[in-house]
Amino acid sequence: MTPRRRRMALVALIVVGVGAAVAFALNAFQENLLYFYSTSDVAGGKAPPDRTIRIGGMVTLGSVQRQPGSLEVRFVLTDYAKDVTVSYSGVLPDLFREGQGVVARGKLVGDNLFVAEEVLAKHDEKYMPPEVADSLKKQHAGQKPSAAPLPSTTAAN
Amino acid sequence: MIAELGQFALVLAFCLCIPQAFFGLVGAHKGKVQWMLATRPAVAGQWVFTLLSFGCLAYSFYINDFSVLYVASNSNSALPTFYRFTAVWGAHEGSLLLWLLVTASWSVALAAFSKQLPLPFSSRVFGVLGIISAGFALFILTTSNPFERLIPAAVDGRDLNPLLQDFGLAVHPPILYTGWLGLSIPFAFAVATLIEGRLDVTWARWARPWTTLAWSFLTVGIALGSWWAYYELGWGGWWFWDPVENSSFMPWLLGTALFHSLAVTEKRGLFKSWTLLLAVSAFSLALLGGFLVRSGVLVSVHSFASDPNRGLFILGFLVICIGGSLGLYAWRAPSLRSNAGFAIVSRESFLLLNNVLLVAAAGLILVGTLYPLFLEALDMGRISVGPPYFATVFVIPMLPLVLLLAVGMHSSWKQARLESVKRPLLITFGIALVAGIAVPWIAYGTPGVLTVVGMVAGLWVVGSALIDPVSRLKSGHSLTPSILGMSVAHLGLGLFVIGVTGVESYKIERDLGLKPGETTNVAGYEFRFDSTRDFRGPNFDAVEGQVTISKDGKPVTVLHPQKRIYRVQTTPMTEAGIDASLGRDLFVALGEPLGQDAWSMRLQYKPLVRLIWGGCLVMAFGGLLAVSDRRHRVRVTKSADAPAASASASV
Repeated sequence: MTPRRRRMALVALIVVGVGAAVAFALNAFQENLLYFYSTSDVAGGKAPPDRTIRIGGMVTLGSVQRQPGSLEVRFVLTDYAKDVTVSYSGVLPDLFREGQGVVARGKLVGDNLFVAEEVLAKHDEKYMPPEVADSLKKQHAGQKPSAAPLPSTTAAN
Repeated sequence: MIAELGQFALVLAFCLCIPQAFFGLVGAHKGKVQWMLATRPAVAGQWVFTLLSFGCLAYSFYINDFSVLYVASNSNSALPTFYRFTAVWGAHEGSLLLWLLVTASWSVALAAFSKQLPLPFSSRVFGVLGIISAGFALFILTTSNPFERLIPAAVDGRDLNPLLQDFGLAVHPPILYTGWLGLSIPFAFAVATLIEGRLDVTWARWARPWTTLAWSFLTVGIALGSWWAYYELGWGGWWFWDPVENSSFMPWLLGTALFHSLAVTEKRGLFKSWTLLLAVSAFSLALLGGFLVRSGVLVSVHSFASDPNRGLFILGFLVICIGGSLGLYAWRAPSLRSNAGFAIVSRESFLLLNNVLLVAAAGLILVGTLYPLFLEALDMGRISVGPPYFATVFVIPMLPLVLLLAVGMHSSWKQARLESVKRPLLITFGIALVAGIAVPWIAYGTPGVLTVVGMVAGLWVVGSALIDPVSRLKSGHSLTPSILGMSVAHLGLGLFVIGVTGVESYKIERDLGLKPGETTNVAGYEFRFDSTRDFRGPNFDAVEGQVTISKDGKPVTVLHPQKRIYRVQTTPMTEAGIDASLGRDLFVALGEPLGQDAWSMRLQYKPLVRLIWGGCLVMAFGGLLAVSDRRHRVRVTKSADAPAASASASV
């Protein structure tokens, strides 16, 4: 082969390789996009069922229920307008507690029940996941000023 | 008083950055020797004052001066002395001061070890570094002053984030910063080369040891972060594809591509403009990463605070640095031509593929990291890209990379004759194939396709890396540190691949509730939850569990995982109990009480996980070996102006 041809062959090889990689990557990208929904979205039927999504909100005070001795736990997430019940089986993060903002990843299985595969709460007392803060703000803005008070943590964001 | 002294020293350091940048760049442009000679003292002065400023902040922490806001927010009188020192970089302001100190230290090291560089070139390099330092210093002074007073002083401090009260995280930031800010050196070399419009490639020879050194630090820094996340976050994962992790990993990928490409440029005078572009982009990505982390755009464990002013400042700085250097590149690069050819099977081709694959991986990770930010900025909803995306797009380019590496490291420049290494390569491949199937099968159970592929690839790289040193030792040929360094680094990569394959194929993670006295079986190990007791630490209270592990009736170990509550911030923390060994880790983390004395627990079995970090350390050690080669110091003076292509064929 002439040097020119060789170079062309090399370039062709690279183009094919990169093309294949991009095709794979786009596919992986499509499959792994996780959309975020607020509890109002979920209650309003905007979230697709049986697809992995993330939802966020505040854990309603007094809503955490656990069968004694069991890992199975249920709690209610709220954006102070609509609630969604979340069920989770596993070790909850250190900072999970009532009145705290959390994000859950999992699937909606009809009847307003969200089965979480993972629950995230951040390692910071003042922290509220930005998604949660956002959706709370939106909810708040859409309501009359006398609506349910936002916890002071939102102000920090 | 000490805090004011620190503030004053910081201002002086900033003031010295300005002449460093000005005399360096303008002096070289006008050819004024006196001006250019002023740059090195300016660098030294800047370093001394930054160090003094850093020392003042550390001292304020040491004496618990809670009239300094930053100290009051991040320390406490009950905090152990070691963590009082590491708390200096425990939050945003101090981290930035550490950035400045690290940048200044690289500059001063370069000033000390680069006396042989031509004066105009070195002045330009210091000029560029001066701009970077000035940017950081101005950023600290205007938006994130660590010396701000708190009046009246706090009675006691709010304590250091408990997550950071740990040895791994105490040393992770300084080493990581040393690595990623070290990329400023090849960046400065590249920009100085572009300004001068140098057509030769001597800069590549000068930049190589510095790049390799920075890369070694970056490797260790990232590995430390991964190790810390593994045992301290309580999840037992070693990599999460968290945006912040990505922003330190992308510069690593480009840095890796860069020092391979620098080799081609130095030895063969090829890929000239590509290497310059890589040097510019590696540091640009590092800065972008800094921007993403520090501006609060990305929220993760790592981001300390969000303040729009900070974001704007860094954005402006980014535009100047990245825009300026890329503009310069666009202007100068077309004049750079390489006219040497190379055969399709040659070291050049292999290194080209190495670069393409590494850059592709970095690009795909960048897309996954930035895409959610774009959508959010355009108000098109909040999404996140799941870790499986990153895992997929990373493995696709890395698999061919690893396989090509096994062959490529034995190829020679110009035209490789692989016949001479065909036999050892085939033999090592045969051994890798047999061992890659048999060993995991016997030790850990039926392997899947990916397991076999990963194991064989990893083992082959290890075997292939050994061919060269072994044959040289046998035949009595000398083994220079740089050749040995290459072999060692590739060996480390092989170990890393084996470790990742082992963990991802055979790990077992189980969450369950256990009552005292109950047992459960994970991977043939019997875990018995014995009891819990209260435990009192220096600044935390904890519940400590006791878990006895046995295998086939024989005791293996007793682990004591803790659930801690730090007194000041009342933050709960999980302290996992880990039994580490080369073959496997056993991991127990306490969850929460479930009532009736039962606790939720996370039990994990992680085969070969130690090889992940061990492999990284070996890689970094290889890098250091290569840097230690005398050739980097001797040749520079001898052949500073000789055409690079005439150099011998060894790397």
